[in-house]
Amino acid sequence: MSHGPSTQWEEDKASDYKSKLGMKMFIFYVLVYAGFIIINLVNPKAMGLIVFAGVNLACVYGFGLIILAIIMGLVYNYKCTRKENELNK
Amino acid sequence: MIYTASPFAIGIFVAFVLAVLVLSSYFAKKTQSSKGYYAAGGTIHWAVNGIAFAGDYLSAASFLGICGMIAFDGYDGFLYSIGYLAGWVVALFVVAEPLKRFGKYTFTDALNYKFNSKGIMLTAAISTLVVSVCYLIPQMVGAGDLVTPLLGLPHYMGVVLVGVIVIFIVATAGMTSTTYVQFIKGGLLIVLSTVLTIGILNKGISTQPYEGYHQFKSIATTLTNEEVSAVSDSSYTIAGAFKDKSNHFVKLQKDGVATWWQVATTDGNTVLKEALSMTKTADGKTLYNGEPKEAKKFFQVGHVSKLIVDGKEVDETGAMGPFEFLATVDKAEIVRFAKVAIKDGHDKVTIWKQNPTSGKDIMRPGLKFKVDKGATFMSRLNFLSLMLALFLGTAALPHILIRYYTVPSPKDARKSTIVAIGSIGFFYILTLFMGLGAMTTGVLDMESTNMSAPLLAKYFGVTLFSCICALAFATVLGTVSGLIVAASGAVAHDLMSGFLGIEMTDKGQVKAGKIAAVVVGCIAIILGILCKGMNVSFLVGLAFAVAASANLPAITMLLFWKKTTSKGIAASIVVGIITSLGIILLSPSTYADVYKLPSTQAPIPLDNPGIISIPLGYLTLIVVSLLTQKKEKGAAA
Repeated sequence: MSHGPSTQWEEDKASDYKSKLGMKMFIFYVLVYAGFIIINLVNPKAMGLIVFAGVNLACVYGFGLIILAIIMGLVYNYKCTRKENELNK
Repeated sequence: MIYTASPFAIGIFVAFVLAVLVLSSYFAKKTQSSKGYYAAGGTIHWAVNGIAFAGDYLSAASFLGICGMIAFDGYDGFLYSIGYLAGWVVALFVVAEPLKRFGKYTFTDALNYKFNSKGIMLTAAISTLVVSVCYLIPQMVGAGDLVTPLLGLPHYMGVVLVGVIVIFIVATAGMTSTTYVQFIKGGLLIVLSTVLTIGILNKGISTQPYEGYHQFKSIATTLTNEEVSAVSDSSYTIAGAFKDKSNHFVKLQKDGVATWWQVATTDGNTVLKEALSMTKTADGKTLYNGEPKEAKKFFQVGHVSKLIVDGKEVDETGAMGPFEFLATVDKAEIVRFAKVAIKDGHDKVTIWKQNPTSGKDIMRPGLKFKVDKGATFMSRLNFLSLMLALFLGTAALPHILIRYYTVPSPKDARKSTIVAIGSIGFFYILTLFMGLGAMTTGVLDMESTNMSAPLLAKYFGVTLFSCICALAFATVLGTVSGLIVAASGAVAHDLMSGFLGIEMTDKGQVKAGKIAAVVVGCIAIILGILCKGMNVSFLVGLAFAVAASANLPAITMLLFWKKTTSKGIAASIVVGIITSLGIILLSPSTYADVYKLPSTQAPIPLDNPGIISIPLGYLTLIVVSLLTQKKEKGAAA
């Protein structure tokens, strides 16, 4: 049985760019996520500090991680699409 | 707790199930090829696939489990939301496009695209089956739990019902109908959760959640030699007591009914505080607060005992914005209930005692995962290990990975992942409001954390409750369908066709997949019935840990390390499965929750295996790959 891809498509010249960009953005997010874990392990009381509109650091950081993932996803898609359009004409 | 079936709820449920069956029959006519069956023909639009991703991912564990955990343990439940969503970053930036580029129907195809190794086919298929079954069981158990309040049917009927419907969905139209069921369910889940959250914010918080909410009594008491010798209310008589290092309870009798009370000292005065109890008597009866179930004395609970707005203590807040709601909970004091199991003669008694907790402690990690008060090195390591497994598990779940093959191109795979992140992220933000809403609205059923979100919906009326329950049931249907497609692909495509080399026509592959789906579905029904009462979160955690340990090292190293060999991949999958399962089966939680043995007897003091099993998977892959470089290069030459 063939183990080839389900759909055929042309060579993607933007592949290397997307891969490198993805890795950079992944590392950036890992650092922010690691910061959340480290604060919890090293100084858990800091998570209770009120930092924005009466809301504590735990909630702001938690929401921030979720919203950051969405924003980074949109930025990644924008940059990848632009590069694909530029290189795969 | 007693649940009464509502005809309206039954109507909504039946309408939904019929719609799903009609949809499956419609797509069945279009699903004749293996590409159609396993990958929906690779023609699904990226936006539909993105919401279907959300449908796949927001399983019973996410919707029922996380909301329930927040309602019972505060912010610690929200850690799951953060970790589950962060896992999508790995999926988007690292695996989405390459997996789509190299795979065909299953993630084994992607792993094996340059090796065509029997070892990879076998180990990756086994890993898919293990993870799918670990994920299937809690879904089936959850289905049984939901059917009881919705239709008034026993647990096993719920499991059978889900099993039969899902087998029909998958065996008729495979991934196409599964995708559209997930799309509808994912969309509805987000809409209804938004409605529920708006309801919570609009209602605000009150110290008296609703009219008729049970008022917990306190009785003054006299202690003699640290034992309760008299109570101020003469209508009660002392009928027994229990005391250990951390708990002191008294059993009081009134009008022939025995209830349990917590001995507590407040401002130097000793009082008895009313508790909830469930007694399993030696002759097989179950009593709730001393009376049979039908007396409805097992109250729904969860209320605010101190509410502060603008520095003043108030009884209610009125409508609030989202930040104001969180800030108000932070300043409040909330009565949670702590579970204690004791023996009273030959009777087994479970007591839920009042546990007033500061909002500050509820709104940050620490109530469930010990990182602050009472933390030890192992409790911190457990926390770290959990956050690691949640982060790395998502991108390695087989039923998520196969969804990359339903869209036409890698670009569509990327876009659908972004739609998934947006919709899932939005839902996870709502979980904090739904969980805290349930915690403060007096709706909690102490016997079932999983029912917190549906019971909160019931507070807003039977229509919302019925919709939420039918939707939760659909959540189970959709997730189970996706898992069965993944498992049937592993059996028919990877094992039968790939590993055993059985020659099959295209139609033969579809037939094999459908037969495999029926068999896996039947196994899921049996396991769902046998595992009634098992800890749902435990099983989902197990699936994530196994997926992250067995699959992720193989996927990422194949993509980013040129020296990776087929033997290295196969070895890392085997080591990942064995170490993660081994650690979980020998962990304190498994000893306590599954084997019913003291957790101190567990040989491994770690509950979450990720911190050990994931690095071990990577290490195995690197060492075995380095050792087999020449052999594979020679074979290739």
